[in-house]
Amino acid sequence: MNAYQEFSIIGSRPVRPDGLDKVTGRARYGADLNMQGQIYGHIVRSPHAHAVIQSIDCSQALAMEGVLAVMTGEDLPEPGDSVLGSGEGAIALKDLSPMVMSRGKVLFHSQGVAAVAATSPELASQAAALIEVSYQVLPAVTDMHEALSAEAPILHEDRFPDGFPEEPTNLAAHISLEVGEPDAAFESADVVIEQTYSVPMCHQGYIEPHACVARVDAAGRVDLWCSTQGHFTVAQYTAALTGIDVGKVKVTASEIGGGFGGKTTVYLEPVAVVLAQKAGRPVKMIMDRGDVFRVTGPAPGAQTRVKLGAMRDGQLVAAEVECVMDTGAYNGNPAGIPAFMATACYKLTNARSTGRAVYTNKPKIHAYRAPSVPQVTLGVELAMTELAAELEMDPLAFRLKNAVEEGDANMMGAPYNRIGLRECLEVASAHAHYKAPVAEGEGRGVAAGYWINAGLQSSATLNVLSDGHLSILTGSPDIGGSRASMALMAAEVLGIPFDHIHPQIAATDAVGHCDVTGGSRTTLATGQAVIQAAEQCVAEMCRRAAAEWEVEAGVVTWSQGAAHYGEHSLTFEALARRAGTMGGPLTFSSSLTASSAAPSFGVHICDAKVDQETGRTTITRYTVIQDAGKAIHPAYVEGQMQGGAAQGIGWALNEEYLYDENGALENPGFLDYRIPVASDLPFIDTVIVEVPNPLHPFGVKGVGEVPIVPPMPAVAEAVYRSAGVRMRDMPLNPPKIVAALQER
Amino acid sequence: MNKPLNKMAVQATINGEPTAFLCSPGQVLAEVLRDEMELIGTKIGCNTGDCGACSVLVNDRLVCACLVLAAEVEGQAVQTIEGIAEGGVLHPVQQKLLEHAGLQCGICTPGVVVAAKALIEHNPNPTEEQARYWLAGNLCRCTGYDKIIRAVLDAAQQMREEAAV
Repeated sequence: MNAYQEFSIIGSRPVRPDGLDKVTGRARYGADLNMQGQIYGHIVRSPHAHAVIQSIDCSQALAMEGVLAVMTGEDLPEPGDSVLGSGEGAIALKDLSPMVMSRGKVLFHSQGVAAVAATSPELASQAAALIEVSYQVLPAVTDMHEALSAEAPILHEDRFPDGFPEEPTNLAAHISLEVGEPDAAFESADVVIEQTYSVPMCHQGYIEPHACVARVDAAGRVDLWCSTQGHFTVAQYTAALTGIDVGKVKVTASEIGGGFGGKTTVYLEPVAVVLAQKAGRPVKMIMDRGDVFRVTGPAPGAQTRVKLGAMRDGQLVAAEVECVMDTGAYNGNPAGIPAFMATACYKLTNARSTGRAVYTNKPKIHAYRAPSVPQVTLGVELAMTELAAELEMDPLAFRLKNAVEEGDANMMGAPYNRIGLRECLEVASAHAHYKAPVAEGEGRGVAAGYWINAGLQSSATLNVLSDGHLSILTGSPDIGGSRASMALMAAEVLGIPFDHIHPQIAATDAVGHCDVTGGSRTTLATGQAVIQAAEQCVAEMCRRAAAEWEVEAGVVTWSQGAAHYGEHSLTFEALARRAGTMGGPLTFSSSLTASSAAPSFGVHICDAKVDQETGRTTITRYTVIQDAGKAIHPAYVEGQMQGGAAQGIGWALNEEYLYDENGALENPGFLDYRIPVASDLPFIDTVIVEVPNPLHPFGVKGVGEVPIVPPMPAVAEAVYRSAGVRMRDMPLNPPKIVAALQER
Repeated sequence: MNKPLNKMAVQATINGEPTAFLCSPGQVLAEVLRDEMELIGTKIGCNTGDCGACSVLVNDRLVCACLVLAAEVEGQAVQTIEGIAEGGVLHPVQQKLLEHAGLQCGICTPGVVVAAKALIEHNPNPTEEQARYWLAGNLCRCTGYDKIIRAVLDAAQQMREEAAV
């Protein structure tokens, strides 16, 4: 039972509070701040994908007029075995530090080896070219299957994954789970299918490159401005990586030009801080677009073998999923998620799932929207569709027969609370898109998707202003309209107008700790902190009104933005104006580790037409159905659904990292790494399903990530139905489709 | 070696105001707008003309400011995102983007606004397909373009209706 059942403003679509700044060009993003006296940093990057660094000579660069500081990996403390964060967000410092700057060895092309700061960007670039690095080049391996072969060069001589202690290998991690007796269950199945599917490494593709500016004062205090999904995380990582106390590091989050998981870590920030410390001047750094592709982000490529067994009546009886993921040069922990979540949509009492992560000479992977789940879901969902065809069942009916519901447990063991997969499947089955006949020459695919969603730590502070307006401070960068959802939630509890509420993203020294804007958690968790602080405000205002009226606080009620008792009432504005004489300023804070997170499910329907001559695929109609729990600002919920679908469509049809034989990325730019453009897509229809999350006062569930999960299998099936050839390796780009058609 | 004095003087009209600035011969317009004039609404997403975040109008022609040398705008009229809202009144494209929630992170928004304004000036009654192809040079990674296209078509319709009155 949710604390709030009826809503007055939640579910409406007001203009976001930061909208005006963003349509007029006033909003300040990472590269848009300059500090007085700033100089410019430039990173020297390795031209080799695997090499021992024999020496680094910075003397010529340092001798140049206008060059004020240089640094190498030796200027960062030894990472040792320390681990930052905990749980899903834990990362070993030894996997993080070399992504900022290598020491001793480079493990991927363009890895940072040194940096220089000079009085202009041009000078810094010229000085960087004078830094002499000598390398002993080693053989590199960029294919994860080759990396597991006996002949492959070993990236980490000192790493032995659990259970494989004899020899160092490129196996970074291996996680295996089993429930019931899958082998016996496969024996009993009427129909068994087994196929292998693959997804390439890709990039989040945010349009804003990484950027920051850092100042270190004479007392050693750091003032850092950057584009990030979590400035508290930036403070923690930067402090650990540079050896500076986190208490001396203040981070202000700029507006952020996209992240999708890719801006939940640091790349430039520690370098800017070290250079600023050495130079005694603020240092600004902006990453080149090519380097954004070469050294940040990528989502792991993966190969997934899926075996499913079912009875003739459509009852799923067994599943086996084995997923191999490419983690790049350091461990980005991609193996656990496919093991735990591969079969999360279906009732399965007999299942086995395995995740393995493999080191290759490529940048360390990082989070990308529902990390690792789209890759394994391509396999599981396309196999479900292939199995439905074998059973001569409607693919949605087959899913509905096996869909998880409240009380079912997945591979993680814990039973689901109130979830909305069945509702989404029912809505999809009845949707006009699904009912419409498939047009001549086109194909249709459907797929479901799951994402766990995070809770984590959040804080909010509410300041009632003297005229009855309200400022809200949180530490959650607004990446897609979250200021609007914070203001709506406060307006709902307080009953004051939406446009009297002014949400802001405060720096690390001005508000309580907030974990990253990620894990689809901000509206749920930071929103819950806002709700709690607003409820404190209501309680205090009722207490003050009761004192004024000389009655018990318990008899005063709050509605429509005012305290009431009998004939009496005092409005929010009146209480704000008189705060000084009624008990002092009205300021309320709430912090929590949210335990209210609930998983999200979605179902996508895709129609596509393949040009048999050119192999080009046109998406002709696309519908996203998703359980949002309760949509706070439906337009921004729809926006997440549409944006996630577009990213998944891009991954299905075009996006992939291409490496040459020397381990250099061949397509590090938007011309050759082609994300969907406006003319590639149709309107993307949406249906928001609302199955309230019983753990959250407003019933909210995270919405941001799950929409990237179903597109690949939905698109792949639509392409198969249109082209007539089955392809299981993404992306389904024109050359691949033409080749498959010719082979037929 | 970049000598501080190795700069050329350029005179141009920027957002309707006669302006003079100094730039080095190799400097692109996007950099000068941002660094010399603090017109930070022109965003640099790629510096290679692929993303459209730096879209500006030079003599009413839509260009990527990262592909134009600053010196080239001598004597020309440049309009940036900062010059789109006249007298503090939003252009219909800006207003409709807000109403349709046609922005999420907002980094592509200035370029989209400039490009969409140019579209409607060239073609007051664009079809969905024409709007999609015109804006194909403005990458957005957040929205899937749905609400952007709806906002642009809505703005065009409003401007047609206002022109008819």
